[in-house]
Amino acid sequence: MDKTSFNNLTRGIIRENPTFVMLLGMCPTLGVTTSAVNGLGMGIATLFVLILSNIAISAVKSLIPDMVRIPCYIVIIASFVTVVDLLMAAYLPALHARLGIFIPLIVVNCIILGRAEAFASKNNIIQSIYDAVGMGIGFTLSLTLLGTVREMLGSGSFFGWSFVGEEADTLLLFIMPPGAFLALAGLIMLFNKFIKGEK
Amino acid sequence: MTKQKKMPSTLANMVIVLVIVAGLSALVLGFVHQITLKPIKEAKNAKELEAITDVIYTEFDNNPFEEKTIITTPDNRYKLRLYPARKDGKITSVAIKTFSNKAFGGKMELIVGFFLDGTISGYKVIQHSETPGLGSKVNDRKFHDQFQGINPGKNIFKVKQDGGEIDAVTAATISSRAVIDAIQRAFNAYSKFNTGN
Repeated sequence: MDKTSFNNLTRGIIRENPTFVMLLGMCPTLGVTTSAVNGLGMGIATLFVLILSNIAISAVKSLIPDMVRIPCYIVIIASFVTVVDLLMAAYLPALHARLGIFIPLIVVNCIILGRAEAFASKNNIIQSIYDAVGMGIGFTLSLTLLGTVREMLGSGSFFGWSFVGEEADTLLLFIMPPGAFLALAGLIMLFNKFIKGEK
Repeated sequence: MTKQKKMPSTLANMVIVLVIVAGLSALVLGFVHQITLKPIKEAKNAKELEAITDVIYTEFDNNPFEEKTIITTPDNRYKLRLYPARKDGKITSVAIKTFSNKAFGGKMELIVGFFLDGTISGYKVIQHSETPGLGSKVNDRKFHDQFQGINPGKNIFKVKQDGGEIDAVTAATISSRAVIDAIQRAFNAYSKFNTGN
């Protein structure tokens, strides 16, 4: 693998992490991460849509007139999201029921349109796949991490395994919306201090 | 990488490209819809049957899912499905598929089990769009167990905030009210069905 490809692949994981650095896709980030499993499921669903949409948009980029590119991208992305939604409803009904409304909302996730516009519409298919995989993994890791933190503080459990018992009082704030902001802010703070600060 | 030439943005080009993109998308979606139609329906039926078994606490030897009958609410506005559980041909308890439109995220569907006198044996929410982690907790044991043994005809069947006996799920009072609303609807229809026979 040459240097550019490697760069494209790893860029999304830390250097341009969609959640902690670019602060994109905040709606699903704050909305679904009430538990680690939800974050992981949402991340993987987004990863799939991101790969498919980057491939499709990179493949047709020269056929799409500039002035209508955004509507075209949105139609393509919306189609893939609906495909993923239907497939999950058919074959992963339990996870589909948990993520509920957030699956259709992947359509309006800025990361997908952002990568389509900023990367896939300017690069070839292979590089676009690398980019999508990197960004998708970065998003999945961030969501899982945020979900883990919120679940541990808010519900006292780790991936559904409760370590404080059923009746214990937990910091319920962290599974409610304000807690999402607090947890995200805390993680970004640590991220800036320990990971970006090294450079 | 060589710079590829873009399609010029003339009106004709734009219209043609948009029509083609939309047409292809429709084709793909139609195809995926066709192949997932059956698995989605099967998953839903399996979930319903599982929920029925979960909410019925008496023994039964029939398949309640296949013996469903339609019952109506007292004002005749809504039709609900009733699944009878029989042991040796005699009804021992019933499960009713009901719904509420008062939930936080739109329609909520649930299956509730009643003993023959109308006492709740259990319920299970099978379809909802509540907030994950908050409203989606209406299926948790802690909330669910409060309903067991309650008879909506005798007890004050409301959440505590409204002067009743049920402790609402934390931060999800609206979802909790919706569960009560749905069960009340099933109870009303069941009472009417019982007196009508």
